Amino acid sequence: MISKLKAAVAGLALMASPALAVDLEFYFPVAVGGAAANTIEELTNEYIAANPGVNIDAIYAGSYQDTVAKALTAARGGNAPQLSVILSVDMYTLFDEDLIHAFDDFATTDEDKAWLKSFYPSFMENSMIDGKTYGIPFQRSTPVLYYNKEAFAEAGLTDAPATWEEMKDYAGKLTKKDDAGNVTQWGVRIPSSGFPYWLFQGLTTSNGATLVTDNGTKTNFDDPKVVEALEYLVSLSKDGVMAPGIIEWGATPKAFFEGQTAMMWTSTGNLTNVRKNAPFDFGVAMLPANKRRGAPTGGGNFYLFKGGSDEETKAAFDFIKWISQPTQAAKWSIATGYVAPSPATWDSKEMQDYAADFPPALVARDQLEHAVAELSTYENQRVTRIFNDALHAAITGDKSAADALAEAQAKADAVLKAYR
Amino acid sequence: MQRNWIHAWLLLSPAFVFLLAFTHIPAVTTLWNSLFTTPRGRRPSRWAGLENYETLIADPIFWKVLSNNIWFALGTIPTSIAIALAMALWVNEKLAGRGFLRMAYFTPTVLPMIAVANIWMFFYTPGFGLIDQITGRFGLPQSNILGQPDTALWGVMAVTIWKEAGFFMIFYLAALQTIPPSLIEAARIEGAGPWTIFRRVTFPLLMPTTLFVSINAVVNSFRMVDHIFILTGGGPDNASSLLLFYIYEVAFRFWDTAYAATLTVILLAILGLLAIGQFFLFDRKVHYR
Repeated sequence: MISKLKAAVAGLALMASPALAVDLEFYFPVAVGGAAANTIEELTNEYIAANPGVNIDAIYAGSYQDTVAKALTAARGGNAPQLSVILSVDMYTLFDEDLIHAFDDFATTDEDKAWLKSFYPSFMENSMIDGKTYGIPFQRSTPVLYYNKEAFAEAGLTDAPATWEEMKDYAGKLTKKDDAGNVTQWGVRIPSSGFPYWLFQGLTTSNGATLVTDNGTKTNFDDPKVVEALEYLVSLSKDGVMAPGIIEWGATPKAFFEGQTAMMWTSTGNLTNVRKNAPFDFGVAMLPANKRRGAPTGGGNFYLFKGGSDEETKAAFDFIKWISQPTQAAKWSIATGYVAPSPATWDSKEMQDYAADFPPALVARDQLEHAVAELSTYENQRVTRIFNDALHAAITGDKSAADALAEAQAKADAVLKAYR
Repeated sequence: MQRNWIHAWLLLSPAFVFLLAFTHIPAVTTLWNSLFTTPRGRRPSRWAGLENYETLIADPIFWKVLSNNIWFALGTIPTSIAIALAMALWVNEKLAGRGFLRMAYFTPTVLPMIAVANIWMFFYTPGFGLIDQITGRFGLPQSNILGQPDTALWGVMAVTIWKEAGFFMIFYLAALQTIPPSLIEAARIEGAGPWTIFRRVTFPLLMPTTLFVSINAVVNSFRMVDHIFILTGGGPDNASSLLLFYIYEVAFRFWDTAYAATLTVILLAILGLLAIGQFFLFDRKVHYR
C-alpha cells in the first residue's frame, strides 16, 4: 500500500515537474535605502503569482560593489545567478569575463526586438557593445542640482543657475560668513569622496569633452576641455565658494538640510529623501551648462548571466522584459526616485499623476536629452580609480589639474593597451 | 619507540590539519599564483615569472601604501601601548568608581570597527560634526581632517589608537595584579619614589606583557583596515590607504587576483620578518619568572 502511494506521489511529482522546473536566482543591490528592497520583493512576488511555472529567488546582495563582487565570485564557482542588477559601468568587466548573454540572442519576435529599442538612447550608451544589447536599464539615475529657495531669496536670487559662470557667481552671493570670518553657509557643494568622477563628468560633458571613446578602450583624461573642467572645480574651493578639501558624498544631503550649503549636486536617487527631509522650500534644476548642457547617467542595469539552462535563461529574459514594462517601471521609479528608463513609462497614467504632483521629478527626465554614458571602460574599477586619484590630487592641491590628468591618462593607457 | 612516534603524530594531527588547510597551503598557493597572470574569461592565465614583482616595484601606489603603513605602525603602536599602560596603572589604584572607569576604557574594544568608524565619521564631519561644533564655539574655522592628504592618515590613526588602547589595557591590568605587593613595599622601604618603583620594579615585571601586546599591535597595524572603508576609502589620492586595504581593492574591485597575490606575498614576508625579529631580539630583554 505504502509503496503504491509512493509510486503515485513520484508519478505526480514527475508530471508536475515540467511546470515547476524553473528556479531563478536574482541578485539585486540597494544603494538608496529600505523602500527599494521592498519594492523589488513586491514586484517579484507579483510576477511569480502570475507565472506559476517560474520561481524567482530575489537576493539582496548589498551595495553595488558587493553585488558585482558576489556575482563574479558565484560565477567563478560555477553558480552564477541567472540575472542580476549591477552597475551599468561594470558591463565591460562582465563581458570581458565572458559571463553575460546579449539580449539580442533571445529577442526572437518583433515585439521583443521593439522592446530592446524602447529605452532612452542615453541609457543605452552604457548598455551596448558592438551594437548588441548586454544590459537593460532599470535603476538608473543622473545627477541634478538641488537648491535652497529660502537661501536664494535671502541673497536676492530667483532662478537656479543655468551656466558655470552663473553658478559660481550665485555661489559667491550665497556664501555667508560670521563675524570671525568663518564660513557658516557655503554657496555650492559638489561632493568628491569615493567616486568623484561621476559628478565631475557633469562638468566635462557640459564642457564638450568625451571621456571614453573606442568601445571602452581609450580614455581622454588629458583633453584640454577636461583640464579646464577640473580647473573650474578646483577654483570653486580656491575662490571660497565651496568647502576646501575632499567633500564627503554621504553627508551631502544632511549638509544641505542643515543649511551648510545653499546648492548641492547629487543623484536624483536622493529626490525622495530630500522631499521628505528638507526643512525649507527647495528646487531642482539641471546641471549648469558651459559649452552645452550635459550630465552623465548612472545606476544599474539588468544583466543576463551565462551558465543557466536554456529554459532558465529564457525565463530570466521574460522576467526582465516584464519588470521593465511601463506599469512595473513606474511603480519602481515612484518608490525610489530613479529615472524611469523608457518614454512609454513616462506616458503611463501613474507617472503622469506623480509628475503632476511633484514636478521636480521631471527635471531628471528632461536632462536625459543632454545626458551621456557614465565613464565605463574595460577594467572599469581600476581605470576609474586612477581617474579618481587624479581628481583628488588636484582638488587637494597636491598637483595641478593638467599634471594630474596627464599622469592619469598615461596610467589608463597602460591598463587599456591590452584591449585595443 | 615506534608507538610513541605514531602517538605524537596522532595528537598533533588535528592542529596540523587546520594549520595546513588554513595557513600553509593558502600561503603556498598565493606564492604560486603570484607567478602567473590574472585569468580573465576571454584570456586564460599564463606563466608570468617575476613580471608581477616587476610591476610591483614600478607601482607608485604600492610604495605609497607601504610608507603609509610604516607611518601608521609608528604612529599607533607606541602611542596605544603607552596610553594602555597609563590607563592600566590608573585603574589599578584604589579609587572611587574603578569598575565603571575600567568598563569605560574597555568599551571601544567591544564595539565593531565599522560602528566605531561611523561614530568617528560624525566627529570628523566638517561643519556640523562634533569636533567642528566644539572648535566653532571658540571661533575657529571649519576643519576637514579626512578630506586633506596631510591629515587623513592622522585621522585614521586616532581612531585606531582609541580602539586599541582599551584592549591592551586589559592585558596590562591583568599583569599588574600578578605583581606581588611585597616587591613594591620592599622598594618603598628602601626609599624609592613612585617613578623609580615604576622604572625599576613594575615596568621590568611587565615586559612579557609588553612583548605580547607589541606583537599584537604590530599585527593589527597591518590587519585592521575596516575603518578605512567607512572613513576615507583610502583617499584622498591614496593618502590614507594601507597595504591590506590596497590588496582588497586590487583583488575584489579590480579583480586582478595575480597582482593581489603578489602584494600578499610581500605582506606575508613583512609580517614574518617582524614576528621573527620581535621574538628573537626583543625576547632577550624580557624577564620571565
